[in-house]
Amino acid sequence: MLPQWHVIRGKRSVNRIERVFTGRRKAFIPFITAGDPSLDVTEKLVLTLAAAGADLIELGIPFSDPVAEGPVIQAADERSLAAGTNLDSVFNLVERIRGDCQTALALMTYANPVFRYGIDRFAKRCGDCGIDAVIIPDVPFEESEEFRPAFSQNKVHLISMIAPTSAGRIRKIAEKASGFIYCVSSLGVTGVRSQLDDQISDLIVQLKKVRDIPCAVGFGISTPRQVSQMAAIADGVIVGSALVKIIAEYGDQCVEPVRQLADDMIQALDA
Amino acid sequence: MNNGRFGIHGGQYVPETLMPAILELESSYNKACRDDSFTQALDRLLADYAGRPSRLTFAANMTADLGGAQIYLKREDLNHTGSHKINNVLGQVLLARYMGKTRVIAETGAGQHGVATATAAALLGLKCEIYMGVEDMNRQALNVYRMKLLGAEVHPVESGTATLKDAVNETMREWTRQVQDTHYVLGSVMGPHPFPTIVRDFQSVIGKEVKAQLQEKTGRLPDVLLACVGGGSNAIGLFHAFTEDSQVRLIGCEAAGRGIETADSAATMTLGNPGIFHGMKSYFCQDDQGQIAPVYSISAGLDYPGVGPEHAYLKDIGRAEYVPVKDDEAVRAFEYLSRTEGIIPAIESAHAVAYACQLAPRMKPDQIMVINLSGRGDKDVAAMARYKGEKISE
Ligand SMILES: Cc1ncc(COP(=O)(O)O)c(C=O)c1O
Repeated sequence: MLPQWHVIRGKRSVNRIERVFTGRRKAFIPFITAGDPSLDVTEKLVLTLAAAGADLIELGIPFSDPVAEGPVIQAADERSLAAGTNLDSVFNLVERIRGDCQTALALMTYANPVFRYGIDRFAKRCGDCGIDAVIIPDVPFEESEEFRPAFSQNKVHLISMIAPTSAGRIRKIAEKASGFIYCVSSLGVTGVRSQLDDQISDLIVQLKKVRDIPCAVGFGISTPRQVSQMAAIADGVIVGSALVKIIAEYGDQCVEPVRQLADDMIQALDA
Repeated sequence: MNNGRFGIHGGQYVPETLMPAILELESSYNKACRDDSFTQALDRLLADYAGRPSRLTFAANMTADLGGAQIYLKREDLNHTGSHKINNVLGQVLLARYMGKTRVIAETGAGQHGVATATAAALLGLKCEIYMGVEDMNRQALNVYRMKLLGAEVHPVESGTATLKDAVNETMREWTRQVQDTHYVLGSVMGPHPFPTIVRDFQSVIGKEVKAQLQEKTGRLPDVLLACVGGGSNAIGLFHAFTEDSQVRLIGCEAAGRGIETADSAATMTLGNPGIFHGMKSYFCQDDQGQIAPVYSISAGLDYPGVGPEHAYLKDIGRAEYVPVKDDEAVRAFEYLSRTEGIIPAIESAHAVAYACQLAPRMKPDQIMVINLSGRGDKDVAAMARYKGEKISE
C-alpha cells in the first residue's frame, strides 16, 4: 500500500482529515510532545511515524501546567520546555515537515498559550503552515464559541471531546463537532492504563446514533492488544503516553524503538 | 450571568470529563440556596461550630500610634481553625453531602484551607484527601500534622514549583479520576464557574457582619476596606457587601515577594496579563508564550500566579485597587501587630496590615479603615523565627 501522503500531496488540509478515516483499516493516531527531547528528533519521529503508516499525528505543545496530562506527558512537557521549545519554533517545525510529508497533523495545546498568542493569530498560523486540527482539552463545549470561528475561518478543525461522563451532552457536542470526535476512553488524565473502561463503547454507540462522524479513542491505550480492542469500537485509536515513555527512555535514540511500537500497533490494526 | 462571567473574566475552561460535575454543582447549589434545611444547617454550623459572628475590634493602640484613620480589625483569626477558610468550607462540605458525595478533595497552600476542609469533613462524616506542594509542606509542617490528626490523607505534590498552583493542578487531575463520588472543595474565589460565585457567597458573611457591626459601633460606613489577596476569597468576602457603596474604597494587598522588580514575586494584578488557567479567564503571571510563571512569596497562602475573576473585573472597572506588599514589609507588620495590639496575624493577613500602616497616617482621624485579619499567625511563628535567623524547635 502506498503511504497516504503520496496520494494526496498538495490537496487542501480539510481533505487530509477526511482521509484519516477512509483508509482500509482503522486510523492509527500517535501523539508525541513537540520538542521532546528536541525539535530535530520530533521532525524525524513525525516523518518516521508517517512512513510507518500513521494516519494522523498529534503534536503536543508543551505547557507549564498540563492539567489533563498524567506524569508521563507532564515530564515530556518539562523536557521540551527546558530545551527551549516555543510556539513559533513548533510552527516552523510543521512548515519544514510539510515540505515532504502530507500526513494529517493536529496540535494539542491548552487554552492559555493560544489565548496569549492571540486566538486569530494562532488559528491563521495553523492554517498557513498546514495544521489540520487543534485539540484544546480545557476548552469544553461551553467555551468553544470563543475559539471556533477563528479556526473554521482558517480551515482548521477544532476537535470536540466526549468523556465517560458526557451522557446527556453528546447530541449538542456532536452537532457542533468538526473533523472527528475525540473520545476520552476513561476517567482521569492521560497515561498508561492496564484496564480500559467498557463504558466508552456505549458512548460511541450513542454518538453514532446522533451523527455519523468519525471518532477516535484516546487516553490510556498503550499495547497493541488494547489498540485492536479499541479499533473494534471506534474509527481511530490515539496512542500517546506509551510512545512518550519510549522517548523518555531512549532520548535522541528513540526513533527506532518508537517505530517498532508503532509498527506493532499498526499490525494489530491490520490484523 | 453567562457561564459565570465577571466582565470578560471567569467562565468554565475545564476538560469535558469535569464539565458535567460543575454543571451539577451549579444546579445543586442553586437548589440548596432555596432549601431552608440547607441554609439553616449552615447558619447553625457557622454560629455554633465556627464561632460566628467574628468580632470587629477597634485597634486603639494602632490608631493612636499611626495617628490617622480609626482602625478596626475584622477578626477572622478568631474563627474555629484560625482563618476565614472555614466559612467557605462548611458551606461546600455541607453542599457535598447534600449532593450525595462521600469524599472531598482539596488543594492547600498555607495549609489553612486543608485544615479547614479536614475539619469540616471530620465533622460531617466525609472522606478527605488534601493535595499540598512539598515546598509548602516544609513551610507549614504543623498544618500537615494537623490535617492528619483530623483524619485526612495528605498527598505531597512534587510537580512544577511544588506550591499552591501545582496543588491545584493535582487536585483537578484527581477530580477527573474520581469525579462521581467526589467533590472538589476549592479554597478561594477562583477556578471554573460556579466556584468563584459559590465561594464568594459563602465568604460574604464577613462584609455583611462588618457593615452591621460598624453601623452599631459608629453609625456609618467605613472609608477604606483592606484585605490580602491570594486567590481573593477573604478580600471578596469583605468587599462584597460594599461594592454598591461607591464611597467605600476597596483595596486588595497582593504579595510582592522580594519586590515587583525582581523575579521573586506573586503580584498578579501588578505584573500579570489576561489569560486562561485553572478553569477561568483572569489575570495571571505568565511569560509571552502563555507559560504560567513560577511565583514567590514568603506567604504560602498568597504564593499563587493567578487571582479570582471577580477581582480581575473589579480592577478592570476601577472599583477596587490592588497594591503590592513585599515580604519584609509583611514581616514587619506581623511583628508590629503582635506588639501593639497583642494579636499575631497570619503572614497573609500581615500584608494587609502592612499597607494599612502606610495608608492610615495619610487619612483623617474621622475616617474609618477596616482590615480583614483573615487568619491567625500561630502557623507562621516557626517560619518567622527562621526568617529572623533564630533557631527554635517547634
Ligand atoms: C490566613 C489566610 N489569609 C489569606 C489567604 C489567601 O487566600 P484568599 O486570597 O483566598 O483569601 C490564605 C490562604 O491560604 C490564608 O490562609
